Amino acid sequence: MDFEFSAEQLQLRNEARRYLADKCPTTVPRAVLEGAGSYDKALWAGLAEMGFLGAAIPEEYGGLGLGYLELCVIAEELGRAIAPVPVSSSIFLVAEILKAAGSEAQKKAWLPRLASGEVIGTLAAIEGMGGGRPSTLKTQVSGGLLTGDKSPVLDGDIANLAVVLARHAPGRDEAGLSLYLVDLYGPGIERTVLETIDPSRSQASLSFKGAKAERIGAEGEGWRLYEAALDRAAILTGFEQIGGADRALEMARDYALQRFAFGRAIGSFQAIKHMLADMYVSATLARSNGYFGAYALSTGSADLGEAAATVRVSATKAFQHCAKNNIQVHGGMGFTWAMDCHLFYRRSNLLALTLGGQNEWEDKLIDRLRAKNAA
Amino acid sequence: MNFDDTPQEAAFRAEARAWISANGPRHLLPHLEKAGFGGIELDGLDPMQEAKAWQKKKYEAGWACLHWPKAYGGRGATPIERVIWGQEEGPYGALSGTFIIGHGMCGPTVMDWADEETKTKRLPPLASGEEIWCQLFSEPAGGSDLAGLRTKAEKDGDDWVINGQKIWTSGAHYSQYGIVITRTDPDAPKHKGLTMFYLRMDTPGVRIVPIKQANGQSGFNEVYFDNVRLPDSQRLGAVNDGWKVSLTTLMNERLSIGSGMSAGFPDIFEFCKELELSDGSLAINDRGVRAKLADWACRQSGLKYTGMRAISALSRGETPGPENSIGKLVAGSSLQEIAMFALDLQGQAGVIADPKLAAMGAKFQAQLMRSPATRVEGGTDEILRNIIGERVLGLPEDMRADKGLPFNKIPTA
Repeated sequence: MDFEFSAEQLQLRNEARRYLADKCPTTVPRAVLEGAGSYDKALWAGLAEMGFLGAAIPEEYGGLGLGYLELCVIAEELGRAIAPVPVSSSIFLVAEILKAAGSEAQKKAWLPRLASGEVIGTLAAIEGMGGGRPSTLKTQVSGGLLTGDKSPVLDGDIANLAVVLARHAPGRDEAGLSLYLVDLYGPGIERTVLETIDPSRSQASLSFKGAKAERIGAEGEGWRLYEAALDRAAILTGFEQIGGADRALEMARDYALQRFAFGRAIGSFQAIKHMLADMYVSATLARSNGYFGAYALSTGSADLGEAAATVRVSATKAFQHCAKNNIQVHGGMGFTWAMDCHLFYRRSNLLALTLGGQNEWEDKLIDRLRAKNAA
Repeated sequence: MNFDDTPQEAAFRAEARAWISANGPRHLLPHLEKAGFGGIELDGLDPMQEAKAWQKKKYEAGWACLHWPKAYGGRGATPIERVIWGQEEGPYGALSGTFIIGHGMCGPTVMDWADEETKTKRLPPLASGEEIWCQLFSEPAGGSDLAGLRTKAEKDGDDWVINGQKIWTSGAHYSQYGIVITRTDPDAPKHKGLTMFYLRMDTPGVRIVPIKQANGQSGFNEVYFDNVRLPDSQRLGAVNDGWKVSLTTLMNERLSIGSGMSAGFPDIFEFCKELELSDGSLAINDRGVRAKLADWACRQSGLKYTGMRAISALSRGETPGPENSIGKLVAGSSLQEIAMFALDLQGQAGVIADPKLAAMGAKFQAQLMRSPATRVEGGTDEILRNIIGERVLGLPEDMRADKGLPFNKIPTA
């Protein structure tokens, strides 16, 4: 038993941290937030060049052929840096779905270009408010052509490739759902950029009007593949959240040391000190749960579902807790546009929703603990 | 990152499992498996005798105090082996509660600070459970502010004479030995004038008075010292170096995290799976119930894996630091919240505390009444937050009005 990343993995984490500290100070997500583009292209190219994007993609498909543990430590650093790049969509979701369900031809066609960053992928599943359940999904493929509206789609305005969850047969059940690959530069697609709580990661609505769609995975397997992809992505995104929580806690700690009131550093007052201690507790519980998730992911353990929901619920809570209290510790300054606190607050609330809200994951966690208990 | 046993660990686990299966007090299992919060009840059997019998059996087969050197009655096992043992011992582990303070804190302090003769004489009977030890630290005027303690030890020839009062001493009423921290120099600042001793609890002048707790039980005591005479050979560490000695004890408290504290999730989860709400649906299918259960589940597993990470650090030769203070901080609040929530789900019947009538043998009612102590004993929630804030996050110390003052110049009221 060893509950720690290996020396090599920790070295990779440090390498990613140094790289991102240099290439992605908070001025980078801030620039995207303020409208300098939908993502930071130079950073995206740099991450590809460093091999970070293709870390868990096999060498035969243009990746580094490392494992999930390596991808977890990279995810943590992307979270710390609140990097304004589409890694979660392109790598945590689309590359993973291709690896899990793609045909040899599909993997050959797309994985090397995802690893190199040339292609940006995204997952288009949700259809508006509450529209993520089999009973409400209406987007349909007929004769190889896709029709319907997906919104919100993270990185939907910049992606070249979408994996779309759609019906191959009308109805309301899971069995009628399949996954499709859609080249978003083809005809029959309209994109509308959405105004969101965190513009440092862009989102769009995609309207498909007879777009060409190629099935990935077996017919009727769409929902199962989609849920399995969410589980893996929840662990990787969980590490982004863990990294973000740590950074928000550090910002608050640093400010509490430097800011004086009543003749003392405010961090010497228990009201502030205890708030920071509670943030540390949340962040630590999330990190420890994250290790459980990383291990389950890297071994394909039977506990993967339970681990994914545990990491997700724990990491979402920790990042939100740390980011909101980071503003509180900063006081009025924390609410200014000029301070970085709101960047973390925005990102924590974006990540809390992107793979489904806390409600959904709490449900999954309890269902899975029950199933395991019954077994 | 590897959550599986190495071949060596697997062999150790198999050996432990086989021995426990052949030797465990199986007749106690039904009681131990439903053991509640704050003590075990063995339905007529004497818990102390059963606990001692199991400890003795383990000792004789080399399974007692796994982390201690063999010379003192331990096994010289690795930290991971301790975890494995804890997992395999399972419900029988509940029998070890009586020995935790002696094995986890007093023993290691004696090991670090006593002379060889004392160690050879005193440690094996402590390991075997024949002798039980308690820790005489807290005082009426020295709780969270432990170094404010007033019990004094004065030199008289080759002896020391102790006068004063300790409080919250767990198990003093059934302990044969104790370690006691005293003030030996009232003119020095409070941390600098303390000295540690060990003593027999039947030394003349020691008087033990059980405290009736808010939950009606009596696990803690007041211990009065009236001209208690100890030879200098019972001193642990140098004169006026007692604070440093006490830190060994407190650091070992952190090391005894082995199995980690439960946040109480398994009980409430079991309860909610069976319980019907007023509308006839199962509690576990209720959205609001699920949100709470999920939160507690994450705290439970988060503590478990935090403990495992600490053990891994220990295996790599790192010293577990103050970051392990989160265990009791998280568990204490969770246990209390869970108890209140379980009673709430029972509706008006939640008030019933009769084990024959109340759900799950009134486990949650007992937990309701015991959990406030968890948030206080061994470091209050507030002290633990201070430790995390100051020693993990590096925040400045609280303002201290007594800083640098000689102890006898510190304002007391």
